[in-house]
Amino acid sequence: MIAEKSTTAIELLDRMTGAPKVAFISGQKVSEALMYLSANGIPNAKHEEYKYCNMDALFRKEFKQAAYAPAAVSGISDYQVNDAVTIVVENGRYNPELSDKVVIRGLHICSLSEAKLGDKVASLADPNSDAFIALNTAFSGEGFYLGVQDHSEIPMTIHVLYISSSNGEGVVNPRSFVEIGQNASLHLVEQQVVVGSGKVFTNYVSEKLVHENGRLYNTILQHEGDKGYSVNTTVAEVKRDAVYDATTLTFSGQVVRNNHHVLLTGSNSVAHLNGLFTAEHNELIDNHTLMDHRVPHCESNELYKGLANGKGTGVFNGKIYVRKDAQKTNAYQSSKNILLSDDATINTKPQLEIYANDVKCSHGTSTGKIDPNHLFYLRARGVGQASARKMLLASFAHEVIEKISDDGAREKAIALFEQYHP
Amino acid sequence: MLTIKNLHAAVDGKEILKGINLTIRPGEIHAIMGPNGSGKSTLSSVLAGREDYEITEGEVIFNGKDLLELETEDRAREGLFLAFQYPIEIPGVSNVNFLKTAINEIRAYHGQDAISPKEFLEKVKEKQKLVELDNKLANRSVNEGFSGGEKKRNEIFQMAMLEPKLAILDETDSGLDIDALRVVAQGVNTLKNKDNAFIVITHYQRLLDYIVPDFVHILYNGRIVQSGGKELALELEKKGYEEIKKQYDAISA
Repeated sequence: MIAEKSTTAIELLDRMTGAPKVAFISGQKVSEALMYLSANGIPNAKHEEYKYCNMDALFRKEFKQAAYAPAAVSGISDYQVNDAVTIVVENGRYNPELSDKVVIRGLHICSLSEAKLGDKVASLADPNSDAFIALNTAFSGEGFYLGVQDHSEIPMTIHVLYISSSNGEGVVNPRSFVEIGQNASLHLVEQQVVVGSGKVFTNYVSEKLVHENGRLYNTILQHEGDKGYSVNTTVAEVKRDAVYDATTLTFSGQVVRNNHHVLLTGSNSVAHLNGLFTAEHNELIDNHTLMDHRVPHCESNELYKGLANGKGTGVFNGKIYVRKDAQKTNAYQSSKNILLSDDATINTKPQLEIYANDVKCSHGTSTGKIDPNHLFYLRARGVGQASARKMLLASFAHEVIEKISDDGAREKAIALFEQYHP
Repeated sequence: MLTIKNLHAAVDGKEILKGINLTIRPGEIHAIMGPNGSGKSTLSSVLAGREDYEITEGEVIFNGKDLLELETEDRAREGLFLAFQYPIEIPGVSNVNFLKTAINEIRAYHGQDAISPKEFLEKVKEKQKLVELDNKLANRSVNEGFSGGEKKRNEIFQMAMLEPKLAILDETDSGLDIDALRVVAQGVNTLKNKDNAFIVITHYQRLLDYIVPDFVHILYNGRIVQSGGKELALELEKKGYEEIKKQYDAISA
């Protein structure tokens, strides 16, 4: 069984030999990553964490020939965010030519090799914990670094456009490290898209470190289309008095798996983790979140909403750990979903593990159809079935979208939602 | 305008309406009163086209059209309006955008062009004043965070914007304080003209002090058991529903 499990991984490793070598992670960690991958393979449906997202089958079926084979990107005019500075990361590489050329005081943007972060890289995303972190750790090439200096409040929104492109079956491993210094703040929009004629598997790993009293407002826009397959791993560490506010919006993608982990390691820190996903046709959108309360007096809020249509499948699995020392924790989680067709599926699973005794935690989950009473109300005013449905879906999405504090990002989210739900 | 003939309706196999007959002409206000569970709300739901009800017998003709054959939205486009007993909240959909969509879909149904932004805004301003609806409320999400009274006023505001031929007010007075009741009544009285009609469904006589009906019907056990002028409401108020129940339970027994 183990041997069979490993074949996909080993074949993939063979084909990845053309990928650029990692220059910013210690050789020790890279060998650990390779060993983890060959020993554990690519997870299949028997793996508890990938129950609804059989990645092994995906690699056998859709990415049999996949190798590192990026294609060139010509323009980015389709992906503007209002009032934002756009930075392009192409197949994991920071591309200064396609990026806006501005110098912003307190903001550092460069490749991870140039950033010379030493052991900080791969300190949050452990290559021994997951096959995709391991794969990325071994093959992520140059990586991308975005850092805000201590005491710097960046006045404009930074829009990082991640483009994956391939003319055949491609695998790319973008790696990023975002660091917000003490008392610093940043509005960051990350957009993930796919261009080119081939299918691309993009294996993102992003580490985000918010130092004491820092604030990171992060909007993640995913619309990779029917050629896009991705695993997006984010591990964020939030230190004392800091705020981490992330909203992930998934509009399209053949298979999208989001692993979003937040580690609250400093007291009085706050994390908001919100998400909206829409699974159409045969799409699979799988959100796994972990809110890890490690210290006392922290607060977390989580709201994930999903729509599934056609034969689409959505997954929300939300873990909250409240460790023994994390007294006075406030942690809330809510997952609401709408099924728009008989063949659509949404699986939700809240998982609370609480080891402290003086905490306030709650979770709730609901999955249903569009409320017929709501539909009736609108129709009774003369609004036709189609417009009424559209209004109600916009209303459903609104609860998540309105939580985006950045105006440009919120407008973009509304526009994308309308584009995908005309 | 509206003719209801021998209307029977059931929900989950249980018959609620057991032969309703009612004729409404332009310019009239009809009040339908009755105890809880008599079928008042079922009647308004059936007329508006709620799908939970099965029509087992009878017909409803609205301005020459078979109302029961029309989709809910087409009934509204033909000029029927239902003010809901429990208006729903729709976060993220602004009141005015919703009304603009409704007005334009109604206009398109009649082969008319979309309303101009200027005309629409003027209308919003005018009708808002009529029901003393705060500008902020008109621009907010539909009924989101509105008090009970504000929701009902918003129903009347929507009615004023859509200018229906026949408006059914389903217990619009329930839970309203006297000020809100006055505003609702004032809205109705201002909108009333010789070409439109109203059905006011209520449990209490109180509203009828402000909206004076031409006809009062008592609905009990799925039938209109008594019809009369506005004095019938006063009589009913004095006697109470227990009297009616006794009287007609004895007949049906």
